Amino acid sequence: MKYLHLIWAALFRRKTRTILTLVSIITAFLLFGMLDAVRTSFNQAGQSANGAQRLQTGSKLSFIQTLPSALGAQIAQVPGVKMVTYANWFGGAYQDPHNQVFSFAVDNNYVDLYPEMDVSAAERKAFDDTRTGVLVGEKLAKRFGWKVGDKIPMQSTIFPNRQGDKNWNFDIVGIIHSKDKKAGAFFDAMMLLHWKYFDETTPYNQGNVGWYVTRVTDVNQADRVAKAIDAISANSDHETRTQTEQAATASWMKQLADIGLIVGSIMGAVFFTLLLLSGNTMMQAVRERTSELAVLKTIGFPSGSVLSMVLAESVLLVLLGGVIGLGLATVVVPALAAGSGGMLNLPGVGANTWVLGLVLMVVIGLLVGLLPALRAMRLNIVDALAGR
Amino acid sequence: MRFLINLGLLILLVAVIVGWIFLPWYLALALAVVLAAWLLFTRSGGQAASVTAVGVSTLRQRLGSASVIVIGIAGVVGVLVALLAMAEGYSQTLRKTGSADTAIVMRGSSASEVMSVLDRDSVVLIPQAEGIAQDAQGKPIASPELVVAANLPIKGGAADEEGSVQLRGVGEQAWAVRPEVKIIQGRNFKPGMRELIVGKGAVKQFAGMVPGHEIRLGNQAWTVVGIFAADNAMDSEVWGDAAVVADTYRRGSSRASVTVKLADPSKYEAFKSSLEGNPQLKVDVDTTLDYFNKQSEGTAKVIRIMGIVVGLIMGIGAMFGALNTMFAAVAARAREIATLRAIGFRGLPVVVAIMLETMLLALIGGVIGGVLAWLIFNGYSASTLAAGTVGQLSFELKVTGALLWTGVKWALAIGFIGGLFPAVRAARLPVTTALREL
Repeated sequence: MKYLHLIWAALFRRKTRTILTLVSIITAFLLFGMLDAVRTSFNQAGQSANGAQRLQTGSKLSFIQTLPSALGAQIAQVPGVKMVTYANWFGGAYQDPHNQVFSFAVDNNYVDLYPEMDVSAAERKAFDDTRTGVLVGEKLAKRFGWKVGDKIPMQSTIFPNRQGDKNWNFDIVGIIHSKDKKAGAFFDAMMLLHWKYFDETTPYNQGNVGWYVTRVTDVNQADRVAKAIDAISANSDHETRTQTEQAATASWMKQLADIGLIVGSIMGAVFFTLLLLSGNTMMQAVRERTSELAVLKTIGFPSGSVLSMVLAESVLLVLLGGVIGLGLATVVVPALAAGSGGMLNLPGVGANTWVLGLVLMVVIGLLVGLLPALRAMRLNIVDALAGR
Repeated sequence: MRFLINLGLLILLVAVIVGWIFLPWYLALALAVVLAAWLLFTRSGGQAASVTAVGVSTLRQRLGSASVIVIGIAGVVGVLVALLAMAEGYSQTLRKTGSADTAIVMRGSSASEVMSVLDRDSVVLIPQAEGIAQDAQGKPIASPELVVAANLPIKGGAADEEGSVQLRGVGEQAWAVRPEVKIIQGRNFKPGMRELIVGKGAVKQFAGMVPGHEIRLGNQAWTVVGIFAADNAMDSEVWGDAAVVADTYRRGSSRASVTVKLADPSKYEAFKSSLEGNPQLKVDVDTTLDYFNKQSEGTAKVIRIMGIVVGLIMGIGAMFGALNTMFAAVAARAREIATLRAIGFRGLPVVVAIMLETMLLALIGGVIGGVLAWLIFNGYSASTLAAGTVGQLSFELKVTGALLWTGVKWALAIGFIGGLFPAVRAARLPVTTALREL
């Protein structure tokens, strides 16, 4: 620690070079922070304690196939089931078919199964009492400038009403707040309407249910309950497939894109370049200081100290840039997510990313400094002072 | 004064980069020719050329620092081109699926085929519309199709892991509206049987997709009897007899869409308005070209934006790397440059020489990055859940000439910025101080 001053002075011996290198390192770690946020948001989807308690039951045939509504009462009878609800995909869009909104037609008790959603008691009651009422997520309301009491026209890209018209009218009766701001971004962006109103208004549903959501009393029993639910309709013409919410979400994310691979390859290219770039800087720095290092050795610094000083310098360089870069990412990522108006759901740069980032910084710093440090250590005082 | 010059430089820089981005290749070529002519035939150009030659000939001694520029820029271009190639491959695959001489009829306000439902009356009525081509027997070439999703086990996945594939129930007319679809292995399904033919893209994604193999859809066993290829989005689908698929999925006699061959593509508007104006029907009509173009837009845009954002950030990093290297190079050659200035070389040739050197290195980096992206990623197959479908769409990354050109443009832009500031510093160095240095 007592050499920190010396290392710092050496680092900023050539300000332009150090600052230029720093900027490169900053951009690399800014990119790392952003990409890792994307990767985490893919990985974390559905990975909550609440998600483990919920089972999703859909048609075994495919996710677009509906199930009979009578199944709900049978699922409720399965031992270990605490509560059952159901939902249909509504496929809503506001004003323009491109403004897709995550919208579900749900049973009244849907909100009860999702403790992540925070709806005030009064608004909850208003929802139960209003046939055309909808609950909208906080971010969604902000995106379109909606507030409680608004009447909104929505289009459904799947279901016309009885007149064959694609326009549906809803009353906003409440706002869904997400309890956990970090993980619950999805709940902020969705819209819930009454399944009953939906079923009565469109001729295309005919009393069917898209999927059932079941809350189990004991997480450890989830597998057994899932099997029991599927057993109800085994060998019927509407066989079901029940998964925990975690497993279902993970499978969707995997089908969407192999994010890990994409992020991994980009970061590989970035860090390889970075290694070379800062390695070059350190090499230059040491070459320039050959005579200074020789002086250090002459006045009694052992070779080991010289080695660790050069190593410390390169680690400090990468750490400095890396921390600034990751710090920038920490600021930029939530801003991006907010700026996209709910289109991008990024969880922000978490502790895991920071830990991984810091480890990477130290490793890269050591790798970068290794060659120059060895060179500095092996310096022959006489040759170096003579400028040979 | 110094501040004003720097400000001027910055404005120049922005203008040049903006102009450069929109520059078509023939103008860029013309620019290169003009530059070459200047270097060869004018006095100051000749000076610049000789200074450049000196700089380039000393590159060998600074291989390490020069490679920072080359490899840094190669990384940027490689990643950029690979991501853009992904967007390109995705939209090309969908675009190729459509054509201007076939039209798709779906229920009104349906965003995609799988969301559309046409009842039996509509399915009967639509082929009677004016403007549909007729086959040898005088029947209209119109193919009513049912589109649903099926869960199938993923190839190489865990025992319980299932993915979604788009299942299309078709009749014999499906082959007439899509002449590009060919059976490449096995045979076609027999009408009325639980038989499937699978696209060659689906074969790669899902397990058990070999002729003769049995797969389960819900609680039913279906037999795979053939593999087809169309070299477009259809490759990711599985086809079966429409009536049997409708039975399995309890769709009765309804269908999702009717694809028709137009007798005369130029009369498409008349065909469209006659169907959309028909009070017995509530349908939307699109040419398949438009339909699939629209489907590809969103996702392709997202991938493209991601590519450009990642490219920009990496590009900034590489640019500072280049600046660093070139500042060091200028510093190392300060004496040499000052000598040149002392014996009468003007500032411009020195500026041009250093910029040319940087851009040459950048060009090499850009070409290496582009070639690497082409070698590794051209034809690389990827898949995603495509917007508007309910199955995995498999597509191949396409590194096109246009993308490589984009990559080279980016490389040169980075080289330009990376060279400009060091060059200006070199030209501004007071001769006397520089000569006295070291």
